[in-house]
Amino acid sequence: MRAPLLVFDKVTLGYDRRPAVLRLSGEVAPGSLLAVVGPNGTGKSTLLKGIVGELSPMDGEIRLGDARNSSTPSIAPTDPATPIAYLSQTSGFDVDFPISVYDFAAMGLWREFGAFRAFSRAARERLAEAIATVGLGGLEKRLIGELSGGQLQRARFARLILEDAPLIVLDEPYNAIDEATIADLAALVRRWNAEGRTIVSALHNLAHVRREYPRALLLARELVADGPTEAVLTEENFARARERMRVGAC
Amino acid sequence: MRRALAACLALSLGAAPVGVFLMLRRMSLAADAISHAILPGAAVAYLASGLSLSTMTFGGMVAGIAVALLAGGVARHSVIREDTSFAAFYLISLSAGVLLISARGGNVDLLHVLFGSVLALDDAALILLSAFATLSVAALALGLRLLVFECCDPAYLARVSRLGPLAHYGFMTLVVVNLVGGFHALGTLMAVGIVILPAASARFWVDSVPSLLVAAAALAFAGSTGGLLLSFYFGLPAGPAIVLTLGAVYLLSMFVGPRGSIFR
Repeated sequence: MRAPLLVFDKVTLGYDRRPAVLRLSGEVAPGSLLAVVGPNGTGKSTLLKGIVGELSPMDGEIRLGDARNSSTPSIAPTDPATPIAYLSQTSGFDVDFPISVYDFAAMGLWREFGAFRAFSRAARERLAEAIATVGLGGLEKRLIGELSGGQLQRARFARLILEDAPLIVLDEPYNAIDEATIADLAALVRRWNAEGRTIVSALHNLAHVRREYPRALLLARELVADGPTEAVLTEENFARARERMRVGAC
Repeated sequence: MRRALAACLALSLGAAPVGVFLMLRRMSLAADAISHAILPGAAVAYLASGLSLSTMTFGGMVAGIAVALLAGGVARHSVIREDTSFAAFYLISLSAGVLLISARGGNVDLLHVLFGSVLALDDAALILLSAFATLSVAALALGLRLLVFECCDPAYLARVSRLGPLAHYGFMTLVVVNLVGGFHALGTLMAVGIVILPAASARFWVDSVPSLLVAAAALAFAGSTGGLLLSFYFGLPAGPAIVLTLGAVYLLSMFVGPRGSIFR
């Protein structure tokens, strides 16, 4: 048994003292392909923000193991050097900003090259390859403002590829995205997992989760169920999740 | 006249590229606010030691940076948004400046502060302007990747780097440096013209960041040279003549520019 990559220790996360995730405990083994599911407003995004360190726990803690050799949990999630690649739900960036697909994807190389160093030839080759992998080959010079929603999501995935992170956190990566793009990006996620990377995705399309994700975590502010996807996504568990949300709303 | 031309070149190289980033960050009006905020700093320096280049530069710089930091800080740590925050602080600063000036009675020299004296720049002022422009160009060149990423996707940069705040405050310092440089030539009220107008005009002609930087500097130099000539031959005040010419370039670009102009 390898040491867990992520440990949730009675963690409570929220905004302005209003908890959105309550006393969650659990572990994520390295190399997992895990879907976080649950009704809207159940704290899926909040949990992911906790994992990547954008949100500090109000109580309890999230420990992150050293993803490269999975030894003892050591890295603080708030350290910018922590190799977690994260796709936030809302793009959050200025799509009108006149930056090309090439330069946009190149942001993924920041951890390696920082603000000043020139990209090596190997890095430029990786950059071209990442753009080709997400199906944007030939559009390198296109400005991101001229891309469709699906193409923009592909560009964001190219940036994720270049981050070369052992842990990849995706928050609703397929919202309002066309089917062809979803198929391509899901294949990329499978490839990442086959390379030994750990994937944690918040998703609402349960058919997609059943098809693509061997493990799932059902959240309704508190943990409802956690384990093999078929055992988690049961009618009984969903009924319990809805019940929790109703109680919580009172 | 030759000095004035050199001053225009220095200002164009320094201020116009900074204006491009102000425009891309949607902070054009913040530059306007800071330019107003520089006035009381220069006024206090003037009251303390007369019409001295170094103290007035220093005073303007301190006031400009103070307002930029205060306004930015309040916006980041309170419910007030950045635009309101800048408006509040520049109004405080400007009214303090006007009060200080009127307390000492009007003075013809002080008109230079408000409307500049590009045709009467001495060597010291010219060296100062060139130094500011050099500093500005060098800083932008060094920090270009950082600044582009910070403008485009600040949340992403914050995740991979701690340099985001450095980019923001470093850039705001550059804005102040250029506005203070500009006020010697064009006056505090007109200085912002050579920052914003060429950048806005360039947007109608090209669309990548490097092209915008080059185009803005070129349009700034062309416009300011034109304005200077008009002021020289028709005896007009130089500051307004330059800014009006830059404005004319902007209006022209708006109609005939190939990118997103009114008719396309």
